[in-house]
Amino acid sequence: MSKQATENDAIRVKNVCLRLGPLSGVVPDALRFSFEVATTNTVLEGAQLEIDEVPVVVYCPSCEAEKTLTEFVGFRCPDCGGIAADVRQGKELEILSFEIETP
Amino acid sequence: MATRIVEVRHGILKKNDELAHKLRTRFEQSGVFVVNLVSSPGSGKTALLEQTLAALSGTYRAAALVGDLATDNDATRLARSGAPIRQISTGTTCHLEAEMIDSALDGWDLDDYDILFIENVGNLVCPASYDLGENLRVVLFSTTEGEDKPLKYPTIFNSADAALLTKMDLAAAVEFDRDLAVRSIHQVRPELPILDTSARAENGLRDWLAYVTDRIERFRSSPAHAAESLDHESAK
Repeated sequence: MSKQATENDAIRVKNVCLRLGPLSGVVPDALRFSFEVATTNTVLEGAQLEIDEVPVVVYCPSCEAEKTLTEFVGFRCPDCGGIAADVRQGKELEILSFEIETP
Repeated sequence: MATRIVEVRHGILKKNDELAHKLRTRFEQSGVFVVNLVSSPGSGKTALLEQTLAALSGTYRAAALVGDLATDNDATRLARSGAPIRQISTGTTCHLEAEMIDSALDGWDLDDYDILFIENVGNLVCPASYDLGENLRVVLFSTTEGEDKPLKYPTIFNSADAALLTKMDLAAAVEFDRDLAVRSIHQVRPELPILDTSARAENGLRDWLAYVTDRIERFRSSPAHAAESLDHESAK
């Protein structure tokens, strides 16, 4: 991202928008902490990390529909209680965009 | 002074997924079937691999890559099987990445092998997110770990192609509830094939060896199809 910011003539990066799913294995608070450490003395220093935490979405074979799991505790359909382990969303670890200041 | 938004829209793991895809194509072209073994530390990956290499060596040309943060103890252990083994020391990294596999294969002619085992770093979290170009991801789950492990670490079980219950010879001693373990696994991945193994008992790997042999044979009869269907879901 530093490289991309520099290529876009950034003086500094104001914020970085990420999309994060609960199954990515990344804990938002730990990411915020390490982001601050990792960006020190780079063009990204001081940038706000805006994390869009998306929920897990699974396909429920009994209901024949995609279901959103508001709180992830296991692969079960919130409506019928059946096992629904076909993951359609929730593994995301993506940089969506970042906002830069240019001269 | 102006501000501007730079659109990126790309997965942080995209680079790994792309390289894994290239590796998968390379493996397919050389006709080498690749198995990625994942589990928590101490669940018996190395013991399983020792016995597996010994059992398969008469039929197939096998090799293995083994990942650890430090030491080459596992590689030394596995080298006794006579199969070519390479240790990947990850330093502080808690998983293997496609790039590490790519570099570790340097100088090996893949055409010389039928099957390549990759013993991942003992960890039930991060290895789930890194596709290594494997054909088969096997998660090991030992009887001493507690039957609810799959519920605590759903992603790795959800991304696996088969689960091995290891150390089954200890099941009675540790009061392992097999039915509960199977239910936990199937809760995160319905219909996942589950095989009981024991690297210490006589014939303790019979089902696993039959399973992996069947998978190798199926791959050999149609490698292109096998590779195509197995690009892991994380590869978006």
